[in-house]
Amino acid sequence: MSVSLLRDVVKPVLTGFKITAKRLGKKKVTISYPDELREQYPRTRWRHYLTRYDSGLERCIGCSLCAGACPARCIYVEAAENTDTERYSPGERYAVRYEINMLRCIFCGYCQDACPTGAIVLRKDFELANYKREQFLFTKEMLLEDYPGQNLEPYKSKMTGAEAPIYRG
Amino acid sequence: MPKRIETVVLHDSSTPVLGDIQKGGSVVLTTVDTLLSQARAHALWPLTFGLACCAIEMMCTVASRFDLARFGSEAFRATPRQADVMIIAGRLSKKMAPVLRQIYDQMPEPKWVISMGACASSGGVYNNYAIVQGADQVVPVDVYVPGCPPSPDALIYGVMKLQEKIKKTRAKSFSELRIAESLNPRQMEEVRS
Repeated sequence: MSVSLLRDVVKPVLTGFKITAKRLGKKKVTISYPDELREQYPRTRWRHYLTRYDSGLERCIGCSLCAGACPARCIYVEAAENTDTERYSPGERYAVRYEINMLRCIFCGYCQDACPTGAIVLRKDFELANYKREQFLFTKEMLLEDYPGQNLEPYKSKMTGAEAPIYRG
Repeated sequence: MPKRIETVVLHDSSTPVLGDIQKGGSVVLTTVDTLLSQARAHALWPLTFGLACCAIEMMCTVASRFDLARFGSEAFRATPRQADVMIIAGRLSKKMAPVLRQIYDQMPEPKWVISMGACASSGGVYNNYAIVQGADQVVPVDVYVPGCPPSPDALIYGVMKLQEKIKKTRAKSFSELRIAESLNPRQMEEVRS
């Protein structure tokens, strides 16, 4: 069987280029991640935050229901009594220590469901990778937001500051 | 000519600790080091070490939507001899741990390890007799990526953190970096003093 220029070289090459030409007109599917973020679904569950009331008081009352609901047992809560001079939350008690082991957490959101005051919420910060184990023990100071509704805005990338669009159906 | 003093960090290059060995190096060689670490950071060939469901997200990371090839890591190798970084994707059972260690030992220097997901990093929900509670009990881990499983962009963020770490690394050879991990704590004290 002899090699035919038309059949064995030109035709296969043209067939290949036909596919290339067909794909050229289509929109590219790749998201160039650090420069642009993909859209985030409304119920995306990533990093936890402890929220505040509009008055600035903490929502968390230190009831440990989140720790009880956690399947990975990664939450530790220690409660203390509020006093009139030192008031952190509207109830009788507040969480003096609130720690989450982010490495053990599976981001199931059961703590969010169990919370009676809506204190612990899972927001959209997914860039959590780090170098050492100790850096993943999130204390109350790291989890508590500075002002009410701090992290309700669309998520911005730590690397480039690109904003993640919100998925709208 | 002023001599440039470099820091050779024993365990973790990102956080210099007290008692790091100070070494003098020439300016020319530091430039070569920078060049080498840049080259290493941008051609990380991962080892396919999918152990559980995290492997599905790892495959998705290489696919066209997230495209790990943009970071030079598209060539997943099935042999440890050709791999630079081991991505431990999934829960590590105690039966698998010796295998993981052996494959890690077979990888050529320089080598890095990414622990992907809650199970590989700490055991996750599987706090039981069968699962190793953290892959760092078996191999030294460079970057932990939390999540169950981490989404492809979270893994890409982990890869970028590893690239940053490699670019920051300054050492004459990587065996110098790894020597600390084969020593026990008492020997570590002797090296540092």
